[in-house]
Amino acid sequence: MAEATGAANVLLKVEHLTMQFGGLTAVDDLSFDVRHGDITALIGPNGAGKTTVFNCITGFYKPTVGRITMTQASGKSYLLERLADFEVSRKAKVARTFQNIRLFGGMTALENLLVAQHNHLLRASGFTFGAVFGLVGYGKAEAAAVDLARYWLNHAGLLDRADDAAADLPYGAQRRLEIARAMCTDPQLLCLDEPAAGLNPRESDELNHLLLFIRKERDVGILLIEHDMSVVMGISDHIVVLDYGRKIADGTPDDIRSDPSVIAAYLGVEDEDVAAVESTLEGITGGAKA
Amino acid sequence: MVLMAPRSALRSLVTDLVTTSVIALVIFGVMVGLKTDTIPGGLALTPRWLAALEIVAVVVVGRLILHLTWWRRKPGAGASWVPAGIATGWTQGIALLAKVARPALLVFALTLPFLPFTDRYLLDLSILVLTYVMLGWGLNIVVGLAGLLDLGYVAFYAVGAYSYALLAQNFGWSFWLCLPVSGILAAFWGIILGFPVLRLRGDYLAIVTLAFGEIVRIVLLNWYWFTGGPDGLSGIPRPDFFGLPFDRAPGGFADTFGIEYSSLHRIVFLYFLILALALLTNYVTMRLRRLPIGRAWEALREDEIACRSLGLNTTTVKLSAFATGAMFAGFAGAFFATRQGFISPESFTFTESALVLAIVVLGGMGSQMGVVIAAVALIGGFEVFREFAQYRMLIFGLAMVLIMIWKPRGLISGRVPSIFLGARKPVSGDLVSQGEGH
Repeated sequence: MAEATGAANVLLKVEHLTMQFGGLTAVDDLSFDVRHGDITALIGPNGAGKTTVFNCITGFYKPTVGRITMTQASGKSYLLERLADFEVSRKAKVARTFQNIRLFGGMTALENLLVAQHNHLLRASGFTFGAVFGLVGYGKAEAAAVDLARYWLNHAGLLDRADDAAADLPYGAQRRLEIARAMCTDPQLLCLDEPAAGLNPRESDELNHLLLFIRKERDVGILLIEHDMSVVMGISDHIVVLDYGRKIADGTPDDIRSDPSVIAAYLGVEDEDVAAVESTLEGITGGAKA
Repeated sequence: MVLMAPRSALRSLVTDLVTTSVIALVIFGVMVGLKTDTIPGGLALTPRWLAALEIVAVVVVGRLILHLTWWRRKPGAGASWVPAGIATGWTQGIALLAKVARPALLVFALTLPFLPFTDRYLLDLSILVLTYVMLGWGLNIVVGLAGLLDLGYVAFYAVGAYSYALLAQNFGWSFWLCLPVSGILAAFWGIILGFPVLRLRGDYLAIVTLAFGEIVRIVLLNWYWFTGGPDGLSGIPRPDFFGLPFDRAPGGFADTFGIEYSSLHRIVFLYFLILALALLTNYVTMRLRRLPIGRAWEALREDEIACRSLGLNTTTVKLSAFATGAMFAGFAGAFFATRQGFISPESFTFTESALVLAIVVLGGMGSQMGVVIAAVALIGGFEVFREFAQYRMLIFGLAMVLIMIWKPRGLISGRVPSIFLGARKPVSGDLVSQGEGH
């Protein structure tokens, strides 16, 4: 498992993460790793605390207990729980998408991707003053930003919709645009919250294609929350299973498929019956492989 | 109604008219039918039943006419009560106006003082309209682009006006030196307001900005030794033409250029001054829209959480919007002070904020051309209907209600993208978010 491949390869290390809302413990003493160039899936039944983990990693929540270390390829490391939400993206290079799509609906697809490159462009524009008074060559930086946007629009299959309002795009295209926008922030870790939710099989396939492209071409680790098992089993290298805020399993898709506690959590079996489930396992895993 | 059998249609029509007459009778019977007169020792009640019945009759007949004509349309003939032809004609007309007539409008604005029919009254009115155009453009940055509802915008106008008045009176600084200083001070106060409202959204943001506007006014009213309190500041230096005063004396503007002295010279100069300031506001806004900061403002209006997830520091984005909008109000305030020569807190009441906001909302949030049309219609309209003093607020209230029914997103509601790969396609106003406070 994670220990076997060595700690040097670890991109994101979550240690003893606990998040309490009043009396409710949404995430309880969770530890897991995300490695460079891997697709790691975070799965679990509804209300298991997956999105809470995401919000802790991306700075939208401050964890009650725990440490989240992001180690970039350059060797620089950041403690994410100490950064403000916008610094998680800006400094630590962690980008995210949202379960309910959050695009800038009234802006075009191209503009969405340019907003994602804001910090870089703002510096290039001399913090606005330089460009307003014509002191800096902002045009070159913007042309480069448009090129990057064009690259991602192309790979998201949206080049012909570049000048359309984001809210005007079909649902699947919006999902891909949100991922393209996250990639425009030049992240090292991409966190996707249910990217396949509500997609039809064809759109789901296009999404898988985009994710595999990102993993192959860019040196980016992907952390994924997903309910769609065909996506999870099809593309992930490593799966972490949550139930009631606790980690119940951690391993490769094959490990997870045959893990009795995972099956119990998904099917809602009593603890005493876990052994019985285990014995009938072989048939189910054979069927789920498709 | 049309689909019903004639008999039941007739019955429902009669029922409706009887209900209408009863409601009208209850309302107008009391309000019009009974008149109170003051007599020695108390009040006397004078019945005016005939007048009340006349009004009831008008209401019933009016409703009958509506039933027979307008309401006979097929159900679902259109969500809007405005005929489709007019609605699309309007959209096309506006698009044409924006494209073709924009340069024409600019030329008209530049030549207005020299046109034969231009008199002092028209020039004064134009200066007033341009002041509101400039304020509208400034507020458009905060409300239209960044989507932050600001009900206390007039506070920055006041800061600009008092900055110029006090600096010019106490230190003898010239207008051209005071102008940027007023803008900077107003921007500074914009940031001061920005800090407490950073965490607020929606109604709360609106209320705090409203309170801020009132606080500034009340401080101006009560800080007697500094601002003159309710007496205001008078004798504010009038503008000069780069050192040449507009007067009869030798060395004045007319004398230097060898032309006959006219009191209009100063008005014309003021006109060009506010025109230049307004165009500067427009130019800077349009430039900023295409820069990262402008896109960040619009992104903030669309979705603040997404902004933060992309590494945008929403604190600085909001503060920069407040500061930029406030700066232009500061410029306009300095102009106002030098034009009037006298300022008092009475010029900076909530009504002014509401009027500027009405211009922005009526014109279409984020639309520069819409602000111009709305400012001309509102401010110019106020003047045109000055004779009907007691009815003009009524007329304008009605006009605003009608326009908001007809064009709920303002006269020009679409959004023009700031950059494009293939072709610039306008974004429909329905897709554009209105930001916080809506």
